[in-house]
Amino acid sequence: MYQIIKQILRTGIKTETPPQPDDALRVEIQNLQEQILRHVGGALAIRCVDAGSCNGCELEIHALNNAYYNIEGLGIHFVASPRHADMLLVTGPVSRHMQVALKRTYDATPEPKLVVAIGDCGCDGGIFGESYASCGKVSNVIPVDVAIPGCPPTPTALLQGILTAITGSTKAENT
Amino acid sequence: MKLDEFPTKFPKLPGPMPIWHGTVDAVQFRSLCEQVARGGGKLVALWGSDELARDAGYALHVSLVTALGMLCLTLPLPAERPSYPKISDLFPCANRMQRATADMLGLYASGSNDRRKWVRHRAWPNNVHPLRKNFDGNAVFPTETDAYQFVKVTGDGVHEIPVGPVHAGTIEPGHFRFSIIGERVLRLEERLGYTHKGTEKLFERMNLEQGAKLAGRVSGDSTVAYAWAYAQAVESVTGTTPSPRAMALRAVLLELERIHNHLGDLGYLGNDVALAFGFAQFWILKENALRLNNELFGHRYLMDKVVPGGVACDLDAQGSERILQMLKHLEHEIGILKDIYDEHAGAQDRFLTTGRVSPDLAAELGLTGLPGRASGQAWDLRAQFPCAPYDKLDVRMTTHINGDVAARVTVRFEEVLESMRLIRLILDQLPAGELRVTVGDAPENALGLGWVEGWRGEILIALHTGKDNAIHRLHPHDPSWQNWPVLEHAIIGNIVPDFPLINKSFNLSYTGQDL
Ligand code: SF4
Repeated sequence: MYQIIKQILRTGIKTETPPQPDDALRVEIQNLQEQILRHVGGALAIRCVDAGSCNGCELEIHALNNAYYNIEGLGIHFVASPRHADMLLVTGPVSRHMQVALKRTYDATPEPKLVVAIGDCGCDGGIFGESYASCGKVSNVIPVDVAIPGCPPTPTALLQGILTAITGSTKAENT
Repeated sequence: MKLDEFPTKFPKLPGPMPIWHGTVDAVQFRSLCEQVARGGGKLVALWGSDELARDAGYALHVSLVTALGMLCLTLPLPAERPSYPKISDLFPCANRMQRATADMLGLYASGSNDRRKWVRHRAWPNNVHPLRKNFDGNAVFPTETDAYQFVKVTGDGVHEIPVGPVHAGTIEPGHFRFSIIGERVLRLEERLGYTHKGTEKLFERMNLEQGAKLAGRVSGDSTVAYAWAYAQAVESVTGTTPSPRAMALRAVLLELERIHNHLGDLGYLGNDVALAFGFAQFWILKENALRLNNELFGHRYLMDKVVPGGVACDLDAQGSERILQMLKHLEHEIGILKDIYDEHAGAQDRFLTTGRVSPDLAAELGLTGLPGRASGQAWDLRAQFPCAPYDKLDVRMTTHINGDVAARVTVRFEEVLESMRLIRLILDQLPAGELRVTVGDAPENALGLGWVEGWRGEILIALHTGKDNAIHRLHPHDPSWQNWPVLEHAIIGNIVPDFPLINKSFNLSYTGQDL
């Protein structure tokens, strides 16, 4: 236990001391926090759905949980059921084998709901496009509020996209 | 044919890896597979191809590994009722590969009792086969009902728990069906194929240059390994030799990829046993590594940096210094964290004896890669068949025999340290040379194989060329094909709540096997 506490103290709080080039990010995070407080009453529940990605986009969603981006500290948390979610984060392309599961997940999410499509594949089908096995972009299957390009989009771009969605704008900034 | 005659009868494919390829008949095919299985060798991949346009019916290909290296067999099949002798009795992991080959190409394993579909769900009907050349890749079929016969466990008090395809966490989609008594798992049956997005068909629309980008997206977390394997295959068919500098940089990228993936897993494995501290710590280290990747090479996960002919990035003295500094910090932190993990009674209680795969079972089922090494399967391409620059580095393979979650954790710790040692050695003597040499034209109807030890295990790219540098057929093979079926065994007798932990300790790719 002593070792753990010592290591925690030695590590310090990463979220408040981002390295120089990430000042922009810090502004973004604080900005986001305010927006979230204003728009969703202090908490945003997100449900992730991998609808057929190459798993690259998932890596960056995972990174949002690390101490640098500390998404939970912003009042955003990932939930295990669509029934608890305010927002779906969907990575694509949507495979035809996931089409039904994605639709069902969408239907199970209570209104009002937001959908954020992630990655070049989620935005327009990306390198996989549309085919016998792929429905292409997420909006071919369910309505999408914001689409975040990138292969994969960086955690900063993801945060911006989420922010864009909850502030009611229709298009994420391309970073 | 005797197994050891194979390399004398058939040519070695050009390139750094010991790979021989030969066309055999059905009797030789079966006999060679038997000899490899009996001699303790293993099956790496099984795939088919449509050769009707060459008036050669179809073909079935397998890659086998022995202590000599890789033997790749091609068995020509007739255009009418194409079938080949099953090998799933010799290599249990072949079962799903055989079923996928039936779905995708309509080539059937004769003698196999398991005729269920595997990658096909509802996107196309059972009498059409997407990888046949007369199949239009853009065709859209009315969705089928997806009937699939799970094995039913019966008896007093047996319950079924179906999970997925959409999971509770941020992970890829797949379906798991548990049959349980109380909390104990009697049987787990997996149903994969949800992320099937037509990757192999897509390759056939590309030429050798275009394919590189898609190869790096077969399984995003192993992008360097796939891109290198792809490059190796292209270089083999075109007779290209990248410079020593390019090879050294590829190895640096591959080891960086291994490090950041292992760090992420070590964090999640802590998280799964309620040691959130471990997650926080390891993911700081992982993020540091990703940021440095981005700064030095222009991509956090190093996508598109390994290309046929060499690399699409460079590293100067300052960059090397930055990596060395990062490694120094990492080494220090990992030392501390390893002690904490080792001495944390709660974590060890969950890790030890959980999800155990004994070395015997691992050998029988063909467990490979990282989980294989945690169950005494001493295979690591970097140590056994090292290409440059590994041939000068004397790679120390990590193996353990306990085969439980704890062993898979330990292998990750040790492999991170070994990768750090390798990167230091490479950077110490980074050779000069061109970053990327010109890649010539490939002859038609040639076979190139790329074989690379990624962080998860060995990645194979089998490339069959067409006219004018087109891709006639490409099969990317992930070690997850071998390891998914073993996960079904690892969970038996464990309690359901330990499944996420066991699953994470394997950390297999869905997209890499669904394709
Ligand atoms: S956008 Fe890129 S990283 Fe994301 S799923 Fe598509 S190919 Fe993979």
